[in-house]
This record gives sequence, structure tokens and C-alpha cells, in this order.
Amino acid sequence: MPHDTFLIEEMISIHHLHKAFGKNHVLNGVDLTFDQPGIVAVLGPNGSGKTTIIKSILGMVLPDEGIIKVQGEDIKGKWLYRNQIAYLPQIARFPENLTVAELLRMVKDLNTGTAHDSELIEHFGLHDFLDKRLGNLSGGTRQKVNLVLTFMYDSPIIILDEPTAGLDPISLVRLKELINQQRMKGKTILITTHVMGLVEELADEVVFLLEGHIHFRGSLQLLKSQTGEGNVEKAIASLLERRDS
Amino acid sequence: MLKILKYSFYDLIRSRWTYSYGGFYLLFTLSLLWLSNDLSKVVISLMNVVLLLCPLIATMFGVMYYYNSREFTELLLAQPVRRTSIFLGQYLGVAGSLSASWIIGVGVPFALYGVFGSEQAGNFAMLLFVGVVLSFVFSAMAFFIALKNENRIKGFGLAILAWLFFAVIYDGLLLLSLSMLTEYPLEKFSLIASVMNPIDLSRILILLKLDVSALMGFTGAVFRKFLGTGLGMGVAFAVLLLWVVGPVMGIRRVAVKKDF
Repeated sequence: MPHDTFLIEEMISIHHLHKAFGKNHVLNGVDLTFDQPGIVAVLGPNGSGKTTIIKSILGMVLPDEGIIKVQGEDIKGKWLYRNQIAYLPQIARFPENLTVAELLRMVKDLNTGTAHDSELIEHFGLHDFLDKRLGNLSGGTRQKVNLVLTFMYDSPIIILDEPTAGLDPISLVRLKELINQQRMKGKTILITTHVMGLVEELADEVVFLLEGHIHFRGSLQLLKSQTGEGNVEKAIASLLERRDS
Repeated sequence: MLKILKYSFYDLIRSRWTYSYGGFYLLFTLSLLWLSNDLSKVVISLMNVVLLLCPLIATMFGVMYYYNSREFTELLLAQPVRRTSIFLGQYLGVAGSLSASWIIGVGVPFALYGVFGSEQAGNFAMLLFVGVVLSFVFSAMAFFIALKNENRIKGFGLAILAWLFFAVIYDGLLLLSLSMLTEYPLEKFSLIASVMNPIDLSRILILLKLDVSALMGFTGAVFRKFLGTGLGMGVAFAVLLLWVVGPVMGIRRVAVKKDF
């Protein structure tokens, strides 16, 4: 069982979030709170607003309407709260002429708190790459660097946007270990993914987004029992079908 | 902001574009000095190149850097840093590395030829200064345009158009209007119009410093009369400064409101 070190009121609360890009209404009044430690999978078809929600929490997308609070504090116009959030972006591209070690130093310069980077470098076998320029790394290695950057701080909130993209099987196993370790520490972890196997394996809870609304929220068991399906993939498909009919 | 500046400067100073740009100035200046030993002539030749090239390269570099580091910027935005610090840091990194290439590329050959201590030192300093200012002005403009336009092709096109406007079209329009209005006293108009364009203003500053304003005819005399005074110089420098401050304010304004 996760212990309760991080159980301070609501980790993230989103109230009545609206966002449109031009005429395209991506989020139509989303209400979401994350107050339990554990892993929440944010699912939905392309364009359903997953990334927009995540980016709103990080302050990269500015909401048209609505309030977002992180640990009880309204994030509008703030930036220091991001010390509490570790974020893994979807695409990893870094300045080409910096070395891996320099990039790590840069991110450490920007954050407060102690970094546990050496263990992670060990974990992903990045030792030989530290002095290489980022422009010369393969996509998979870059993703590993990305993972080190994300997990090196002990942040109570972790947000992973498509974390498995481009990883080889060994690193994938390592990543899952890492995510489970973090869960044991009682953190709040949000994952967006299209890989349903990962959801089945890791998630405690599922949030299913459709056209900017929350269509379903609940535990994996609830999802399965409500839809009468045995696995997540079919359950999600049946959620979609039921809406269409 | 200084942290971001530091690392984007590290990144840029090692890019081969920066090397080639600095290398070009180095070779060009060396060959000019080798062909003609007259330092003041070399300053004038360099001026003609710099007034076009510094703005052009700064424009392209600024746009390219912004679009290339788009994904990395997203990573930075998720860090506990203020938005404006990220963009101002990156801008200063670009403008700084361009200025470094320029100063080293032109400065080393001149230093070897012993410009310091000669009577050309002042003129040379003015040339260096103008190159730096133009790099800062046009990379700021490029950053602003790139921030405003999500579409890379459009952003690139608009930035080049902005350069073309200040470098070529503006003068064309000015000449056209002067030749159409020859009946009227236009000294004030042409003075103001020239001061409004950073490239023209830079050219005038160098020519006045070199004391060849006679080349510019009657208008030159007007410029001499105005810009030769302390007040005139003050106004000229203030306007150049405004050309940096304006786009930088624009960058701040757009950066605060933009979605990534």
C-alpha cells in the first residue's frame, strides 16, 4: 500500500476548464481532481484534449476559463509550483551542441531540491553517453535522457505524456520499474498513452476524455464491470460504441 | 534568464553556423586589409557589407533558432522558470553569439593590423558597435515574428520580408518620394525618415564618424548639422536603442499570452 507522505489535501484540482484554439473547442468545462496517490491513465482518441489538459496543468496552455490549483494554490501567472511537478514531454529534442552532462546541469540549475541523476544514469546505462553531444544521439537514447530529466527530482506529481514512445524492450521494463517505485512512494502520477497494455498493467484509475468532456472516470474494475468487458481495450471500444448508438 | 542565456550561448557558440559566419568575416576582413592597407577604406567597404549582411544573418538565425528549439522550449516551459526569462534568455543567446562572431571575425584582423592606437580606432569602434546593434535589432525582430507565427514557412517569409523592407524597399520608397517632391524643402523629412530605419541610421552614423558626409551632398550637410551636435548624436543612439527595446517588448508581450 502506498504510504501517506504526500497526502496533503488535493494534489491537482481543475475546475470548469474551457479552452478553444480558434474555433476548435478542445475542452468544454472539465472538472477533475486528483487527491489520491496512485497512477491515473488519461485516455481518449486523438484530439480529445488529453495533451491540452496536461499542458494547462503545467501552465503551457493558458485556459480561456476555469481555475487550476496545484496543492491548493491557483497556478495562474505562477511558475515556482512547477518544482512540484515532473513532466515527460512527448517529443524529446534538445539543443544539438550541448552534451548530455551539460543538459543535466542546466536542468539542475533551474530546479531546486536534490537531484538523483547518477542512479538514473546507471539505471538506463547512459554513462558512456554523458560527454556526447545531444545532436548525435539516437531517438531511443534521447528518450532515456528525457526519462532521467523527468525522474531525477522527488516531485510529488509526475506527468508522463506517451512515455513508451521509441523505447527498446529493456528500457521499457526499466521504465515500468521506475513508475512502480514512484507509485510506492505515494506520488500522484498521470499518464497519457495509446498503449492499452500499459494501462492494464499500471493504472489504478482511468479518466476517459471525449470531445473535451470527461466521459468516464473510475477504477479499472469499475470500467470493466460497467462495460461488461474483460480487458481495457475492449472496454474503451465499447464506451465509444455506446455513445455512437 | 541568465541561466537560459548561458546554456543557449554554449549551444550556439559551438554550432557550425556560428563558426562559418565568424570565419567568413575573418577571411573577408583579412583579404580586404591585404588588398588595401588604408584602414579607413577598409572600414567603408566593410560598412557596405555589414549593413546588409548583419541584419540578414541575424534575421535568419533568429527565426531558425526559435523554430529549431521549439520542442526544447516546451521542456523549459515545464520547469520552474518564468516564461519571459526563457524567451529573453534565448534571444540574448542568439544575439550574443552573433555579436561574438562579428566582433572576433572583424576584430582579430584589425587588431593584427594595429588599429588600436591609430587614428582609425574611433571609426573602427563605431563600425563594431553598429554591427552589434544591428544583430540585436534584427534577431529581436526575427524572434518576435517567429513567436507570432506558428507556421514556419510563413514566419520565415515574413522575417525575410522585414529584412528586405528595411534593407532595400525603404530606401527605394524614400528616394522615390524625394524625387517626386523635389519642389519642396525635404531636409527635415529625409532626416526623420532616415533616422526611423535602423540600417539607414547606422550608415549615417558611420559616414559622419568617417567625416565623408560631403559624399551625401546637401542632405549630408543637414545630417552633419543635426547629428554632428551632441543632441543629434543622443537622439540617434536613443532611436537605435528603441529599435532593440521595441521588438524585445513585443517578445515579452507575445510570450506571456501564447499557448504551447
